[in-house]
Amino acid sequence: MLQRLFKFKGGVKPATNKAPSVQAPLRIAPIPPLLVVPLHQSIGGQPTPLVEVGDRVLKGQPIGAADKWVSAAVHAPTSGTVIAVEERVAAHPSGLLTLSVVIEPDGQDEWIERHSLDHASLEPERVREILRDSGVVGLGGAVFPSHVKLTPAASVPMDELVINGAECEPFMTCDDLLMRERAEGIVRGVAIFRDLLRPKRVLIGIEDNKPEAVATMQAAVEALGENFEVVAVPTRYPAGGAKQLIRVLTGKEVPASKRSPEMGVQCFNVATAYSAWRAIAFGEPVISRIVTLTGNVEQPGNWEILLGTPMQEVIALAGPKADTNRFVMGGPMMGFDLPDLSAPVVKATNCIIAGSPTLFPPPAPEMPCIRCGACALACPHELQPFELYWFSRSRNFGKAQEYNLFDCIECGCCSYVCPSHIPLVQYFRFAKSEIWSRERDKNMADAAKARFEFRNERDEREKAEKAERLAKAAAAKAAEKKPDLPQAAPEPVETPTVDAEAAKKAAIAAAMERARLQREAAQPKNTDGLTIAQRKEIAEIEKRRAPLQAQQQAKPNAEGVQTQNSPKDQQ
Amino acid sequence: MLTAILIMALGAIVLGSALGYASIKFKVEGNPLVEKIEAILPQTQCGQCGYPGCKPYAEAIAEGEADINKCPPGGMEGVRKLADLLGREVKPLDAEEKPKQLAIIDEQLCIGCTLCIQACPVDAIVGAAKQMHTVVESLCTGCELCVKPCPVECIRMEPIAEKIDNWKWKYPVFEIKPATRAA
Repeated sequence: MLQRLFKFKGGVKPATNKAPSVQAPLRIAPIPPLLVVPLHQSIGGQPTPLVEVGDRVLKGQPIGAADKWVSAAVHAPTSGTVIAVEERVAAHPSGLLTLSVVIEPDGQDEWIERHSLDHASLEPERVREILRDSGVVGLGGAVFPSHVKLTPAASVPMDELVINGAECEPFMTCDDLLMRERAEGIVRGVAIFRDLLRPKRVLIGIEDNKPEAVATMQAAVEALGENFEVVAVPTRYPAGGAKQLIRVLTGKEVPASKRSPEMGVQCFNVATAYSAWRAIAFGEPVISRIVTLTGNVEQPGNWEILLGTPMQEVIALAGPKADTNRFVMGGPMMGFDLPDLSAPVVKATNCIIAGSPTLFPPPAPEMPCIRCGACALACPHELQPFELYWFSRSRNFGKAQEYNLFDCIECGCCSYVCPSHIPLVQYFRFAKSEIWSRERDKNMADAAKARFEFRNERDEREKAEKAERLAKAAAAKAAEKKPDLPQAAPEPVETPTVDAEAAKKAAIAAAMERARLQREAAQPKNTDGLTIAQRKEIAEIEKRRAPLQAQQQAKPNAEGVQTQNSPKDQQ
Repeated sequence: MLTAILIMALGAIVLGSALGYASIKFKVEGNPLVEKIEAILPQTQCGQCGYPGCKPYAEAIAEGEADINKCPPGGMEGVRKLADLLGREVKPLDAEEKPKQLAIIDEQLCIGCTLCIQACPVDAIVGAAKQMHTVVESLCTGCELCVKPCPVECIRMEPIAEKIDNWKWKYPVFEIKPATRAA
């Protein structure tokens, strides 16, 4: 069937550099001596740790439980012992720490009990739960929990399910190799997604520079008797962006204010489909992923690597050349320099590129913007990067938002074409994170204000309540004492407006009276169940004590009576 | 002549009553400027400006009694925003600008006197008499009001550490290297 293709605006055509890493077949990396598994590997809530130091864990055992609905579980990549649950370097451009479970593998690679399920016999809700608890997230690099995206919009019928095998980033070939070698698994995974979303059509988009992958996927679809359409899309960066691929395959443009399900279309990466199939049909959670190791290395290729494997172990597999001076995680367009090689491979790690001064020459000095508009022509989202640049640079964030800064997908096309070598995307990232931080501060301030106002209100209320209570107590006290001392109460005591001073004094007197009664009522506790001899002894002591007590009481009692009487006298 | 006067008088009565009705119906409670100023203030309720909370300070600014540079937690940026809003001159901050802080109670030393709980303007400290107290980190505004009342000096202020959640991309600044002439 001939598929009509659409075009997206802008885009660039950088050298793909994919050939070196597709020569070798997919290889499985050995188990490293230590695994550092960060708990927060997906968008959404941070999973809570389920293991403690010293616990033995099995391969596939959950070590972090999904926090809320938008979150995904994390699992032990192999069997071994938990030696620490602590903050370790994250695979993040900041190089900061994140809570991780450190596992020392025992080499046995012993699986936890696995259950093979058939998704067709399960409730859709149950399938989504399994996917969440198996840690299935978008493996294209965005790591958004897949089960959340697998809930069809209630109002809009699902027209198309788009499966993203475009892989438009240069150097990267992990999806290509996966499609070549494990096409059947992908197609079965897509069938699970199809059954959950019930779209009218399923479109698998693959860039036309991967004819082998297109052929194997086509063959797998036919072999399984599915009616999915495998479509070769023109190679142009960023055809693999979700919105771009949706545009190319369906002609639908998803506006900034909407999510794709509201337009009746949803998009998943091929590797996500594959991992969903493994999770349902084999009970295997996401514990490894395919990573492309390429660039300035001796043996470029793709490895299936356990999540949590430190980067230096991974890099050693490919053998970086002597003049390697940096490592980039992700592609050359959107990736970031790894600040620390002890950071682990995570679900978002699709590619590691070894860079050298010859492969990635240092950027040319930044020149002033000449407003040539080349960036606006290259922008796949039809933004005006030069305007955004002015506003970000001058910290005019409100204006930057007006020009739809948050529609920017940071694809890097604008920086790529800029004749003045302005690192535009870095300005946009700076502006975005600054705006987010202000948003956080604003929310904090609002919450603080609400709490402060609530506290003030409560203070006022408590004060009023206390005054009222005291006034009542004083009134009651006065009313009670009136008959006792008719001669000492010349003023009307029942007046509701008892002044605070008198109320306070009455309260103090009442408290003293209560305390005295309590003291008197209190009995020594060691006087029950005594022997006759002990009782006799006590009686003797009491006899001796009686005269002394009588003597002593004479003085304080007199004083006590006076103090007790004094308030009455005043009244 | 008479008709003209009557028409004008009628017009005056109709318009006057309309205006009178509108002034009752659409009466604005409070000063809207105070709200705008308050939105800029950081709501730490610390009283470092000399007013008991952010709202009294906002009111004082709106009245023209207070200067706009008295809010250390708002920093220079706050001063700039206030100057922008009110059309006043930007002035240097009347105090030292500090990074955002967080109160931390040394739980070994705390005697459970509840003085800090009473001092906290946003109820961010939990505890009870003779029980250990602790600061709810997510609610603490870093106002320092709990530090002074503590009789055993077990509360300290610490700048908020940078974590992945609050990490920000830096402003792109490039090292200026001395030019090397190509051989």
